[in-house]
Amino acid sequence: MPSYSWPEPEKRKIIGQRISRLDGLDKSSGRAKYPSDRNPQGLLYAVLLTSPHAHAKVRSIDTSAAEKMKGVTGVRVISKPGTEIQWAGTEVAIVAATSEPLARDAVRAIKVDYEVLPHFVREEDLSKVGARAKPAGEQITGDPEAGFKDAEVTSEGTYAIPVITHCCLEPHGAVIQWEGDKVNYWPSTQAVSTVANELARNLEIPATNVRVQMEHMGGGFGSKFPADRWHIESAHLSKASGGKPVKVFLDRASELTIAGVRPSHFAKIKMGAKKDGTITAWQSESWSTGGFAGGGMAPLPYVFNKIPNFRLNHTAVSLNTGPIRAWRAPNHPQASFLTCSAFEDLAAKLNMDPITFFEKNLQFTPRPDIYKRQLAKGAEMIDWKKNWHPRGQGSGVIRRGLGLGINSWGGAGHASKARTIIHPDGSVELEIGTQDLGVGTRTVLAMIAAESFGLPMSMIKVKLGDNQYPVSGPSGGSTTVGGVSSSTRKATINALTKLFEAIAPSLNTTPDQLEAIDGRIRVIGNPDKGMSWKQACQKLGVTPINEMGENDPKKPEGLNTAGAAGVQMADVTVDTETGRVKLNRLVAVQDCGLIVNPKTAESQVLGACIMSVCAALTEERVMDPQTGRVLNADMEFYKLAGISDIGEILVHMDITPENDKRGIIGLGEPCAIGGIAAIANAVANATGVRVPQVPLIPKNVLAALHGQGRNA
Amino acid sequence: MLNFEYASPSSLKEATALLGASWADAQVLAGGTDLISLMKDYIESPKRVVNIKNIKELGGISSSKGGLRIGALVTFDELAANAAVRTQFPSLASAVRGVTSPQIRNMGTVGGDLCQRPRCWYYRTGNGLLGMKDGKSLVPTGENRYHAIFGEGPAYFVSPSSLGPALIALGAKAKLVSTTGTREVDIAKFFVAPANDTSREIALAPNEILTEIVIPAAATKNATYEVREKDALDWPLATASVALKMKGDAVESAQVVLGHVAATPYVATQAAEMLAGKTITEDVAEAVGKAAVAGAKPLSDNAYKVQLAKVAVKRALLEAAGKKAV
Repeated sequence: MPSYSWPEPEKRKIIGQRISRLDGLDKSSGRAKYPSDRNPQGLLYAVLLTSPHAHAKVRSIDTSAAEKMKGVTGVRVISKPGTEIQWAGTEVAIVAATSEPLARDAVRAIKVDYEVLPHFVREEDLSKVGARAKPAGEQITGDPEAGFKDAEVTSEGTYAIPVITHCCLEPHGAVIQWEGDKVNYWPSTQAVSTVANELARNLEIPATNVRVQMEHMGGGFGSKFPADRWHIESAHLSKASGGKPVKVFLDRASELTIAGVRPSHFAKIKMGAKKDGTITAWQSESWSTGGFAGGGMAPLPYVFNKIPNFRLNHTAVSLNTGPIRAWRAPNHPQASFLTCSAFEDLAAKLNMDPITFFEKNLQFTPRPDIYKRQLAKGAEMIDWKKNWHPRGQGSGVIRRGLGLGINSWGGAGHASKARTIIHPDGSVELEIGTQDLGVGTRTVLAMIAAESFGLPMSMIKVKLGDNQYPVSGPSGGSTTVGGVSSSTRKATINALTKLFEAIAPSLNTTPDQLEAIDGRIRVIGNPDKGMSWKQACQKLGVTPINEMGENDPKKPEGLNTAGAAGVQMADVTVDTETGRVKLNRLVAVQDCGLIVNPKTAESQVLGACIMSVCAALTEERVMDPQTGRVLNADMEFYKLAGISDIGEILVHMDITPENDKRGIIGLGEPCAIGGIAAIANAVANATGVRVPQVPLIPKNVLAALHGQGRNA
Repeated sequence: MLNFEYASPSSLKEATALLGASWADAQVLAGGTDLISLMKDYIESPKRVVNIKNIKELGGISSSKGGLRIGALVTFDELAANAAVRTQFPSLASAVRGVTSPQIRNMGTVGGDLCQRPRCWYYRTGNGLLGMKDGKSLVPTGENRYHAIFGEGPAYFVSPSSLGPALIALGAKAKLVSTTGTREVDIAKFFVAPANDTSREIALAPNEILTEIVIPAAATKNATYEVREKDALDWPLATASVALKMKGDAVESAQVVLGHVAATPYVATQAAEMLAGKTITEDVAEAVGKAAVAGAKPLSDNAYKVQLAKVAVKRALLEAAGKKAV
């Protein structure tokens, strides 16, 4: 059996190089076609009718006027009479028509009679949620009473982080066409190989009859796994139209209302420690909402989960609001914010530098040495020694402060199969049923194949985004890069072994004595004895090599593994008269094992830091208690940071021989975790006051500074 | 968006003849940065849209003895690039800089800035201009973090105009033209707090077109200071524009106007009067800021805006006086 292991660092030609994305130019020039760019001939447009009520029963629905409109090809009722609607924006009906404006007009012609029922949409005050509370039960480790008794200093605080949404640049949707007994499906999805099954089940057709294709997609962040209801209905509308393609993409209001949210988190946290900083006990009462089904439970205490004594109480709150979907590192950013805020508050009470306090307690984390090194590196990058001051010792109107946050993630490779084809003319194809979410998967795969074959990347044709290619897992949990890199490595090595077998006799050697380097196949230790890649492939005659490779998550064979860690540190300036927070600098120190492409890896961290800046400084879904609706389901008052709000971001990838030996680890999620905590802590350090809730907008900052407003 | 008739006249005479007696009959399209989104959301559905962008006489900026004439079709970008504006009216240039979207600065017009509709989220989600449900305003008992801190209702939205406060402080007038004649209105009186859902928040009648603004020639020290949640495209939480007529180092007379704090720009007369005869110092500016918000009546969730308005006045005064604002 050939060895699949990654080449030794000093022997790598391509892995580890800073390679620009292969599709970068296509994307920046508009040539890249996303599912929402697809406009085939005869296209119909589907538009949803959504419920204006947060809680209501559909009494009756009259679609006759819409059906009679010229250009309308189909109307389907989704929430049939008797259906109890549990959040505003719920899909009630869908219309297909020959133009989008026409479909919108037709949607307005549908008459729905609702029995409006009382709704409940706000969870910040747990004492008011009544029967909406779903307690998860108490969880005790060690002896919390003894732990607090043992403490020489205790600290208590309340912290809050709101519901936010995914804000995918390309909204949720698909183009879908029912042709004969087959369905062609072009969704914006994180699950090319698996989404067909869900669609097929709902359409009651064999999954083999569904073809899924997606070259590019405009962001998912965890929210684009399912075959959404509007996709399924659009397939039916295509069938009803006699097989015309139907395009369905949510408008921005629906995108922000029903396409998934990240749960909120609120917590009252009490901590105890010895004077030297050693934590003795943790106690938290937390609550959160993930919409009607409740859900969302932050893993507390975060990372420091070996604190000897702790008591946890969590309550999920059911609201008449849109449902949760996985949001880049589900529940971890909230957990990091809650934990690191409580940590820095206790450190302040102990008059300790938070870095010293975190270091003092690293034995309660799974990876003390790595965090220790990363804290030191982060401190160096942000010039902690020079810029940090004890909390509250800033003066003047404009104050500066530093803070930190930490992260931890799994990220082992998912199940993945890949096929490599070497053609007799020397050209190489890689086929894999994965998807490139915009993170550079395509580029990484070409790098790995080129490395195995000793070829330039330009000779590798990467084919992904099609469920006719070998099955590869959905892109969730930062599992993609480990999975697809490993399967690709194996497929390419398997194919190369076949090529060696084919040409070894003509070089008077055995296959195990051959290597592929710099476009040549040559005898190990005798570089002059060999032939060009092209000559070698010609020896295949007319039959291409066609070999598979598989990553089995139970047996990754050292190619990939789990366990990423990182720290983020923020440097902010606060205008204490206006409550405006400006991020000066955010630094991220991140490990993720062997890094295939440091450039795209850094890009991942930069994007994650930007998401953290948004969530820390401006982002929040605002629910109206009266109408039960999202008040800011638009990009005007759902506020994302612009370029001028982001500040400087510095990324340090923790590339070390020890990390490299661990194999590949997924990176997409860990780096999106610690930034909010770091920024919130920096504001506390600057002002001397804990702003208990993010986003750190003037309303919340001034409330903390001056005790103004509802949140005082 | 409902279907509508589109007209694109090339003269003011033709354009005014195309307007109607009500807003439902016809509306004017200039930069389109507001009207189009209102129509897409079915908040406004005029039967006719009258594009005025082809009317040459509505463009251009010119200086004369009487002051600076700014055509209604002048874009934010043109305004900010104008030398007279930059040198004489930094408060106006600064207000334009507050519109941080290049796209909107390129398309949005001076007339449109004054005529745009409020951004109140109850209004924009289909609850009418005053955000009423079952005869009661949703604002005082709802989410009012961005709403008015002055006034007793029923209009709790804030005037969205970026230029209004600066133009009022500078004593500008607007020219309004209809088929029956022309009238001039002080910008201060152009903004009106509506008493009901069917009124408008401006003095313009449905059959009139705002054609130009004239800022009188008077040497003032002027400045605008605004506070927002973001530096990138965002609406101010509070703005203050000040114009100071100086006599030596002391203020002879002053105008202090707040934006985004009431249904109209809020003219802080008493606060401005305090400045007469004074030299601007940090203490004077602080006191005037405090006086400017003395009459504020914040709602349940926007007391923080009182503080912001106060600070905006203080910093605008210091900036106008050429002193360090922060």
